[in-house]
Amino acid sequence: MAEWGEARKSSLLGKYTQRLSGPQKVTGQAKYTFDINRPGMLYGRILRSHIPRGTLTALDLSPAQQMPGVKAAIPLIEVGKEIRYEGQEIAAVAADTKDIAADAIRAIRFDYDPLDHVVDLGEAMSESSPQIRDWENNQSDRQIDEKGDLQAGWTTADAVVEATYSTEVQVHTCLESHGHVAEWDGDQLTVWASTQAVFGTRRDFARHFELPEDKVRVITEHMGGGFGSKFGPGVEGRAAAKLAKETGQPVKLMLTRKGEQNTAGNRPSMVQHVKAGATKEGKLVAYEVSGYGTSGLGGGAGFTGPYVYQVPNYRTEKFNVAINAGSGRAFRAPRHPQGAFAMDSLMDELAEKIGMDSLEFRKLNDPNEIRHAEYDRGAEEIGWNRRQKVAGSAPGIQKRGIGVGSGQWGGGGGKGTKARVNINSDGTVEAVTGTQDLGTGIRTAIAIIVADELGLQPTDITVKIGDTLPGLPSGGSGGSQTTPSVSPVVKTAAMAAKESLINHLAEKVNVAADEVVIKEGSVTIGNNQLSWKEAASTLGMETISEEGSWDENLREGGAAGAQFAEVEVDTETGQVKLIKIVAVQDCGLIINRLATESQINGGVIGGIGYALLEDRIMDGQTGRSLNSNLIDYKVAGAQEIPEIRAIAHDTDRKVTGIGEPVTIPTAGAIANAVYNAIGVRVRSLPITPDKVLTALEEA
Amino acid sequence: MDVGYTYAILFKKYVLLQDWLSKGGQMAEDTTRSTDQPEDRQKDLHQVNKTGLSRRNFLKGLGTGAVAATVAPATLAEADSHSATTGAEITRATVKLSINQQVYQIEVEPRTTLLTVLRDGIDTGGQRIDLTGAKEVCDRGACGGCTILVDGRSVYSCMMLAIDAEGKEITTVEGLADDNELHPVQEAFIEHDALMCGFCTPGFVVASKAILDQNPNPTREEIQAELSGNICRCGTYPFIFEAVASAAKKMK
Repeated sequence: MAEWGEARKSSLLGKYTQRLSGPQKVTGQAKYTFDINRPGMLYGRILRSHIPRGTLTALDLSPAQQMPGVKAAIPLIEVGKEIRYEGQEIAAVAADTKDIAADAIRAIRFDYDPLDHVVDLGEAMSESSPQIRDWENNQSDRQIDEKGDLQAGWTTADAVVEATYSTEVQVHTCLESHGHVAEWDGDQLTVWASTQAVFGTRRDFARHFELPEDKVRVITEHMGGGFGSKFGPGVEGRAAAKLAKETGQPVKLMLTRKGEQNTAGNRPSMVQHVKAGATKEGKLVAYEVSGYGTSGLGGGAGFTGPYVYQVPNYRTEKFNVAINAGSGRAFRAPRHPQGAFAMDSLMDELAEKIGMDSLEFRKLNDPNEIRHAEYDRGAEEIGWNRRQKVAGSAPGIQKRGIGVGSGQWGGGGGKGTKARVNINSDGTVEAVTGTQDLGTGIRTAIAIIVADELGLQPTDITVKIGDTLPGLPSGGSGGSQTTPSVSPVVKTAAMAAKESLINHLAEKVNVAADEVVIKEGSVTIGNNQLSWKEAASTLGMETISEEGSWDENLREGGAAGAQFAEVEVDTETGQVKLIKIVAVQDCGLIINRLATESQINGGVIGGIGYALLEDRIMDGQTGRSLNSNLIDYKVAGAQEIPEIRAIAHDTDRKVTGIGEPVTIPTAGAIANAVYNAIGVRVRSLPITPDKVLTALEEA
Repeated sequence: MDVGYTYAILFKKYVLLQDWLSKGGQMAEDTTRSTDQPEDRQKDLHQVNKTGLSRRNFLKGLGTGAVAATVAPATLAEADSHSATTGAEITRATVKLSINQQVYQIEVEPRTTLLTVLRDGIDTGGQRIDLTGAKEVCDRGACGGCTILVDGRSVYSCMMLAIDAEGKEITTVEGLADDNELHPVQEAFIEHDALMCGFCTPGFVVASKAILDQNPNPTREEIQAELSGNICRCGTYPFIFEAVASAAKKMK
């Protein structure tokens, strides 16, 4: 079994390393799928339904097909089938220019018989609602989980809190929309894809077009954000490849912003009615929740709960509600931010009821020792003792408050990655694997690991990822699994390559292998010292090429996190202004501290949007989204960013993933800070000024 | 029927018209976020450009198609009462654009945005412009992903018609580095990891350069205010603010 060794002694592991793709990204040279321009390429575009529900009765593509510059038009739904949400794909075209493709979409005629729709969560659950899915009252089967003796729990509780918490639908809003460039060469399909899974996407294309997988190549050199929404080709990918096949020309089909917002996934909403009890000594003893959420027409709504804290007795009941809207998809820590917001608010409410400091109460119920250390570190950093002792008691119109939130994630990675490290006779080093860089910095992490092993610098390593062609598969980038899945295999590949070089050199000069030492860019053989290049040149016609293997010992899951927020609430306008966020995150063994801090910042900022801004708004009358654009759908911008202290909490653990855990605790921390400031609780996200004012009014 | 696209066109027209009306019915050339305008700007407004078509006539021509397209026909019968825009109806003209100090001749439609020309344009010699640094993200002036410099000022290239860019010096992110020497803003973005997926980065880099050109000593608040026209979804803002402040120091 391999070991990371003493990472703190490494000049690279856990230190600040600039992103290898930086120079390409700041100069505009980085080519994303959206930027791929192939010779003779056509522009694809999808006609989408503007109605939420109806039966398609006619579809006439001919007006589009007859337009100059239009090369193909294909249906994406059969006449007679049901249109089930705004944005559902009707047809697609390929044309010489983007503008002609847009015209062609408008020229297509379709007709439909309208059907009653429902886009409101509460309405969908009522008996009078149209039935839009194969679920009774549009509700899926209940998932029930029970533990301990709930009745006994209630009898020991000294204080009980009952509350309803809710969160709205959050849209991924990837800046590079979903899309592909598809190009056929005979029966060989090459696809540039904005995807989180090049190998998974290859498999799906191969299945759809009934091709052997080795006839499909998927390339993702750079990609502009996925956050869980970009796995597999989707309707748009299959349409792009079909249009390319029909026309014999490459086709680029990227979703429009509206298509992206309406149809490319979202974080399902949540409503939960929860009741919990604690003893006056501060022990959680009973928890009961019934909750649901909508994932549009899909499943996958839900929330974690009970969360982080130990409850001996509980009962949970969770289900999905269908509405006529685009389906949810995995979104950065699926189900966790919903659950964490509710649980963190609940803990705050219970602590107050038993008259205990909220942080103290958490510690009494949180079994995770790492998080205990994080609580202490974060509390000191935010100045927990400055918190209002009595919520809302600060004088004045603008009131400040401090709150805390917690999170927990797996992210331990798993088997399945193949990786290879090559040492060429000119001294160049290649690290090759089939993962992809979503912006997390895995490309740089791979270079750091290989360079650390070979005594080189990360910039000395050429990292080849985001391509299925070399046939070195890796899993999709989801669940914060990329770094812990890829790192062990890259590390062992680099170790094997190093060993090969040592053996080669030892044999060459006839010394024992342990007399060859590779370190800091040079190679020592006995008393002789060679530069790395000189040593590699002895390979002559050979190339060292070694595969790595999975090693359990190099990775670990289970990342604890805690965040603290300080806010200032204007009690006249209802505006919540963030003053400071402190995020303390267990990052296991850190490979690149710079990119890790970026990840923490990013998770917090996603959480800020979730807490204060983001909300997909559906119009009940028309069944359409009212904010499927970047003007009306508010993601956090430069003005919303407070001081953020991103603290990568070092532990002696192994490599782990942190993309997701860092976004979980933010909303709860902010919500609790708002309560601490004004003494009135807003139990619904996002905490917008109208909700704050309404809460103040009702208090 | 694709209401989003129609809305985008309408929105662009709306912004241009508002600007036009606010200046006493004169057409504005761009949607620069800068408040101070060059003094000679007004003179330029009514000029007939080299294409032989005035900007107003161009917009008039644009009107019919776009209005027809505003109505999403609910039925085939309704659809027939509106004429969809077809390629045949569209006027085309050749414009000369100076981009990163290189002159391109490109045939455009009146509705063609500068962003489309940069990313997808093909010059009259058949050469792709292929300047894909500026990104199409929101396509309606809401995210800054397509930010470029026009006569030194930051502009959303998705909100500027290509014909309005004639006679102006256009600089894209690809034109910021000087003979392979990165601009200090670019260097600072790399040093401070002011980028993750990098899709918004070209827009932020260009906008940041424009800020520092006008205000060499911005405070953090000023940096935040000036960059509020750009969106990053990965959440790199804190390091962007650091990078801009650090670039300001370097540029002294």
